[in-house]
Amino acid sequence: MNTNPGVARHHIISVLVENKPGVLARVSGLFARRGYNIFSLAVAPTDDDRRSRITIVVDVESAPLEQIVKQLDKLINVLRIDELAPGDAVERELLLATVESPQATRQGFAVQVEVAGARILDAGADTVTVSLEGTPDELDRFAILLATHPVVALQRTGRVALPKIG
Amino acid sequence: MKTNGGAALIKALELEGVDVMFGLPGGAILPVYDPIIDSPIRHILVRHEQGAGHMAEGYAHATGRPGVAMVTSGPAATNIVTPLADAYMDSVPMVVITGQVGTAGIGTDAFQEVDTVGITRSITKHNELVTRAQDIPRIIREAFHIATTGRPGPVLIDIPKDLVDPTNPNSALDWYWPESVDLPGYNPRLDGDPELIEAAARLILAAERPVLYAGGGILKARAAEALLALAEMLDIPVVTTLMARGAMPDDHPLCLGMPGMHGNYTAVTAMQESDLLIALGSRFDDRVTGKLDGFAANAKIIHVDIDPAELGKVRRPDVGITGDCRLVITEMINALKILGGADKQPDRSAWKSTISGWQEKFPLTYVQSEPGDLLKPQFVLEQLRDNTPDDCIVASGVGQHQMWTAQYWKFNHPYTWINSGGLGTMGFAVPAAIGAKVGRPDRMVWAVDGDGCFQMTAQELVTAAAERIPVKIAILNNAYLGMVRQWQEMFYEERYSEVYLSPDLPDYKMWAESMGCVGMRVESPEDVLPAIQRANEVDDRPVVIDFRTDAREKVFPMVPSGKSNSDIVVGPEDY
Ligand SMILES: Cc1ncc(C[n+]2csc(CCOP(=O)(O)OP(=O)(O)O)c2C)c(N)n1
Ligand SMILES: [Mg+2]
Repeated sequence: MNTNPGVARHHIISVLVENKPGVLARVSGLFARRGYNIFSLAVAPTDDDRRSRITIVVDVESAPLEQIVKQLDKLINVLRIDELAPGDAVERELLLATVESPQATRQGFAVQVEVAGARILDAGADTVTVSLEGTPDELDRFAILLATHPVVALQRTGRVALPKIG
Repeated sequence: MKTNGGAALIKALELEGVDVMFGLPGGAILPVYDPIIDSPIRHILVRHEQGAGHMAEGYAHATGRPGVAMVTSGPAATNIVTPLADAYMDSVPMVVITGQVGTAGIGTDAFQEVDTVGITRSITKHNELVTRAQDIPRIIREAFHIATTGRPGPVLIDIPKDLVDPTNPNSALDWYWPESVDLPGYNPRLDGDPELIEAAARLILAAERPVLYAGGGILKARAAEALLALAEMLDIPVVTTLMARGAMPDDHPLCLGMPGMHGNYTAVTAMQESDLLIALGSRFDDRVTGKLDGFAANAKIIHVDIDPAELGKVRRPDVGITGDCRLVITEMINALKILGGADKQPDRSAWKSTISGWQEKFPLTYVQSEPGDLLKPQFVLEQLRDNTPDDCIVASGVGQHQMWTAQYWKFNHPYTWINSGGLGTMGFAVPAAIGAKVGRPDRMVWAVDGDGCFQMTAQELVTAAAERIPVKIAILNNAYLGMVRQWQEMFYEERYSEVYLSPDLPDYKMWAESMGCVGMRVESPEDVLPAIQRANEVDDRPVVIDFRTDAREKVFPMVPSGKSNSDIVVGPEDY
């Protein structure tokens, strides 16, 4: 399962906004209006809690995206927009999953989890909850691995990204 | 100073210089209507909230100052949605205040609750739900700033009842008035980038067949004089779009008039054949470009707009300049002078004579009616045009009558033409004319309306009669939704579906009289002028003239929808 949007059309937009009611609706409305699906979205306040950063991954051709970015820029509550080329950004995402893991094979599963760099956060009689923080590609690979077990629930945060420094 | 939200709102409006507002009260906004009694602001009580919105727009179009409307929650807020969308499309500065149910009731399906901010989010430049009475002065200050600066547009402020009701503790605040606004995400760029301006100037001086493509932004930027100076300096012809009629005087030899779907042959074709289009505050609307593929195929593009999102939205410019049209044109003139000015241009006499050839060969024409036949709408418009002051303000509805007015009127002054371009809102004319007359009581104001449009907002003539606002309405009564009829005739094999309205149901004269207006009916050409003259003399109430016009008449030229501008149909004989 490849959860990445088509490589050529995959864009990361990082939008710095005022931390106010309705701002997310204004931002997402510009995509919805044109019928574009937001692939992932992560929002949280920045170090300055009057501001939030919205990281949006969309699957759009470049030309309509340029227009959407310009429209975003017109929103009064939007302070700054950075389009991050995947190669120029440091990207991270978190995955949580609860999978079935019978006691009989639990030991082997725990090894797989460790090799993948993930962690077991919670364990019950028949199920285990694991987490992995990593790049979206690492999470994709881990999700494929998990899929060999019956997955009870899986949740990804959507990526957050900042421009590369070096 | 301790005050309450309602009193603070009215005081803030006064400090913003508001002299008139259009509105209609109701439950949620009631507390704000009480301090209005003691305010110097004139409140005009409309008969439908759509009227309030279009009046505010008409006021703004005519004066350049923001129009203000205030209505209650729920159905009143939804009634004003159309004017908000209209103002958004045509970049009209407007501030709309809506009442909202009390803070505690929001989200509970309370009586007359709608999510006004949600409904209007995509049709306002900005909107805001007030959550604390203390924010009211700041939010009003910001609303006017946003509505009137940069690319102008409508701003809606939604205010819950408890924040304005003096008997509710939530309405308490300490009065203040912000010295300035603090909007870190809003910094419209006004002056153009000097390098781009120089690049534009070089393109202009090299062009052999340039055309200035002036849009509504010229008027919004108060750049008509600058445009004239630029055109005259380099002797470059100008087309004025539907939203820019009057931005360049029609009687100026360089003015080619209106381009677009119903533009004149010369304006359409000059753009089409140009090698450089200098787009100033215009947005390459589909009604101007026709089929985009074939539009001005050999033209380079200079595009100046205060809204950077317009640059490249439709047609990628060779030089795109973000900035205020007046400032950029002025800077451009300076750059052109430095580069040597008009002397450095190629000889354009061939281009000029091609253009004047088109003008001679393809003037606007119509055939005068036979005795006993109904009036030709174009004839009525010529009579009206020639028998009203040069600076008369004309508003129109949407349809054939609008296009004929835009074609046949001679707009020799900016801010004399008021219409609904982007949204194409039937019913715009009557309330917009009223708003214009309120803003410019010194000017004669006529509305040219269709019979279909008139029936959508005519009730505002009651408002005008009650408030003694002497607007004049010319209904071009062809008994049809004429523009739709024209499309059915031309593109649906004359299968007329749901477009017939009847010439005398309603009886427009009686209807006008019942609304406190002077009503007249004109059926023959010799009665046109006397009726206009009589109307011009009435100064204490509105006048409505029902001109019975020929439904068979169609608007030409026409670029059929989806066709290239090169396929322009000049008259009825060639489609
Ligand atoms: C609110 C609204 N509804 C429908 C239309 C579609 N429409 C455009 S022009 C027109 C006919 C207008 O009829 P009328 O006012 O009589 O003007 P005419 O074309 O006959 O001059 C219609 C229905 C519109 N523009 N606005
Ligand atoms: Mg009609």
